Amino acid sequence: MEMNAPVGSNALDVGARGVVGKPVDRVDGRLKVTGGARYAYEMEQGPKTAYGFVVDASIGKGRIKSIDTGAAERAPGVVLVLTYRNAPQQGRGNHHVAHPVLTSPEVLYYGLPVAFVVAETFEEARAAAYLVRVNYERSPGRFALRGGLDQARAPQGFAPPDSAVGDFAGAFAAAPVQLDVTYTTPLQSQAMMEPHATLAIWDGDNLILHTSNQMLNQGRDAVARTLGIPVEKVRLISPYIGGGFGSKLWVNADAILAAIAARQLNRPVKTALTRQQVFHVTTHRSDTIQRIRLGTDRNGRILAIGHDVFSGNLWSEQTYEGAALQTRTLYAGDNRLTRHRLALLDIPVASSMRAPGEAVGLLALECAMDELAEKLDLDPIELRMRNEPREDPEKHIPYSSRHLIPCFEEGARRFGWDRRNQKPGQSRDGRWLVGMGVAAATRGNTLQLSKANVRLGPDGLAVVRMAMTDIGTGTSTILTQIAAEMLGLPTERIRVELGDTNFP
Amino acid sequence: MKAFTYQRANSLTEAAAASAKPGATLIAGGTNLLDLMKLQVETPNHLVDINRLPLDKIEDTPEGGLRIGAMVRNSDLAADPRVRNRYGVLSRALLSGASAQLRNKATTGGNLLQRTRCYYFYDVTKPCNKRDPGSGCAALGGFNRIHAILGGSNQCIAVNPSDMAVAMRALDAQVGTIDAKNVTRAIPIAEFHRLPGDTPQIETTLKPGEIITAVMLPPPPMGKQIYRKVRDRASYAFALVSVAAIVDAAGGKVRSARLAFGGLAPKPWRVAPAEERAVGASASESTFDAVASGVLDGARGYGGNDFKIPLTRRTLRAVLAEATLT
Repeated sequence: MEMNAPVGSNALDVGARGVVGKPVDRVDGRLKVTGGARYAYEMEQGPKTAYGFVVDASIGKGRIKSIDTGAAERAPGVVLVLTYRNAPQQGRGNHHVAHPVLTSPEVLYYGLPVAFVVAETFEEARAAAYLVRVNYERSPGRFALRGGLDQARAPQGFAPPDSAVGDFAGAFAAAPVQLDVTYTTPLQSQAMMEPHATLAIWDGDNLILHTSNQMLNQGRDAVARTLGIPVEKVRLISPYIGGGFGSKLWVNADAILAAIAARQLNRPVKTALTRQQVFHVTTHRSDTIQRIRLGTDRNGRILAIGHDVFSGNLWSEQTYEGAALQTRTLYAGDNRLTRHRLALLDIPVASSMRAPGEAVGLLALECAMDELAEKLDLDPIELRMRNEPREDPEKHIPYSSRHLIPCFEEGARRFGWDRRNQKPGQSRDGRWLVGMGVAAATRGNTLQLSKANVRLGPDGLAVVRMAMTDIGTGTSTILTQIAAEMLGLPTERIRVELGDTNFP
Repeated sequence: MKAFTYQRANSLTEAAAASAKPGATLIAGGTNLLDLMKLQVETPNHLVDINRLPLDKIEDTPEGGLRIGAMVRNSDLAADPRVRNRYGVLSRALLSGASAQLRNKATTGGNLLQRTRCYYFYDVTKPCNKRDPGSGCAALGGFNRIHAILGGSNQCIAVNPSDMAVAMRALDAQVGTIDAKNVTRAIPIAEFHRLPGDTPQIETTLKPGEIITAVMLPPPPMGKQIYRKVRDRASYAFALVSVAAIVDAAGGKVRSARLAFGGLAPKPWRVAPAEERAVGASASESTFDAVASGVLDGARGYGGNDFKIPLTRRTLRAVLAEATLT
């Protein structure tokens, strides 16, 4: 069944069975709480499996002068020590398309893997990893966002870094009320329950990776490109993921190191990053410096809205924190300017984390709106309602759905907003000062082609298969509800299987 | 982790003798030691397990105090009705530390011996005079947000991470020990932890082979008991500043004040002259400030931890205001 064009009203729209939208128990809940759900590191491949441990760089920038692996190689149980000297040639590309490891003596950033120690047991690999002696030559680097502002540039990212409508500079300068504020947010790292982990198995030329990864199809492409093998020779399996928060969107060092070591040893290799390594071997959200300028008339109607964002990344990367992307659509105003600049730094790769852009960008914009409301002596909900756009203020197309004003009205009613004391520090609840505030949020919703395979068996069980993953957000439960609704079956007769690139 | 041998001790004498050997270490709850061994910060060649020793009782003393066995788990100590009723500051301090799972394993003696959480101490690729004497101190010129403003030296500015010990310092506890020759000592807690000076690797006044058997609490002092801990997260975080206070006040006057501090120094910190400033004084902001100035006498920041000086002042002011509220 193809749904490449509007298909009219379907079972989901009608919701005749009422399965969708109803609270149901997680279909994988019992498996997870009883330990029956097996995560990448828990997959077994027999006694031949060897265990790898990552040695990461302990300097910020420089190069490896010498690396002594002798003691590690002689340590009990050790079967392989990989470094840049004996790692294979790999394909290159930015962090999104390839993930080569151990490619040269250059240390690009703190925590870059510099060796991978493989042994018969995890304990032997970890103990031997402490025996690898690395002699570094340090070089100066740029490690702080503020130190990289002078060389910041417009990145070639996933969305145009700049947008402009009308004459922002002129309109802001002429606005009767002006607000010009700068906010900063700190660097943030994910710390999901399950660290990045992989079990790599070669079957002839075919590579199977049991790995904790959020987006298997793009991960398969990245593995194939990195290892220089045909994409159809690569299979990624990730039925359960103990949280990802964005840092498992891409293939990470655990998968490539395990794959390379497994091929050299001709036996399965399993590895997991330590909690400490998750912070720098994988990705994080950049810190930001955000300047917001709002110019309004005396009634609070926005005449000019500007949002400038600085974030930082490893110098070879293009991903920026899209903190001003929402500013392009949330409020009205004829004269608009948003700009993102990326500082080129010597730090681990910055990438998507938990509402990339919105989480820190809306914080700045909404704080600015509150400061503006105070400046105008206007109720902060009223200020936002006065700046409700009738269409997208930059693209000049209608919103498919928006509902912000009804949301404000209902929220105000339920919170008892009319009882709000506008002056801070006045209301007490026991020992605590309490107050009421408001903020709006908008989130980009990317639509992509998707495929699923549904097979109805003679036993009356419908099996739904997709290569997409459930990162702990309940995807498999939601898909069970959708399938039940569409097929007219009770949810018990649906089994959703996710997380395998052999699935559509 | 380095390979090690393991021995379960069946008596105190056996444990003391075994632990006196070079490279041997006692293991009780192991909540700190095992982490440090995995990171190779601690590399004992022999572990002496004292978990089976009968040191898990909390007993009343003839003087009206308590004798807490060294193997009493932090959870059990915090939940003991006598502790809750008469030593609230200790119960609260314990419950403000770690997590429920850790408290179930961690012991009274082990808590007193836990190591600092200085990030450089934990990172074997960085210099640290405590872990590797003579290698230098990376914290002095590095990230030192969590470090000491009092009692440090030019060799080490690590802080003692214990909450329990701070409350015990306010209570004037004593640490009971025994050695392989059955010689016992009662060490006042003020003298139990050492300042780093030129030997930051030596953290207590325990001698090789000397084992903690108990902590003795004197009868509870008069006054209101408060433990306030200020930290980056509301739970499962070490103190930036903590205050254990036992304050006796009436009619707007302070009769006595015992004030011990965590997060500020390499040992639970207490300043007698500062406490004396409160005695007989009115429960007022100016008194609280004078006491805080006394506590902070000689305090210095190293950049990242400068904030601890005003934070200590404000936290103490809030604690004293609460303690003297009538």
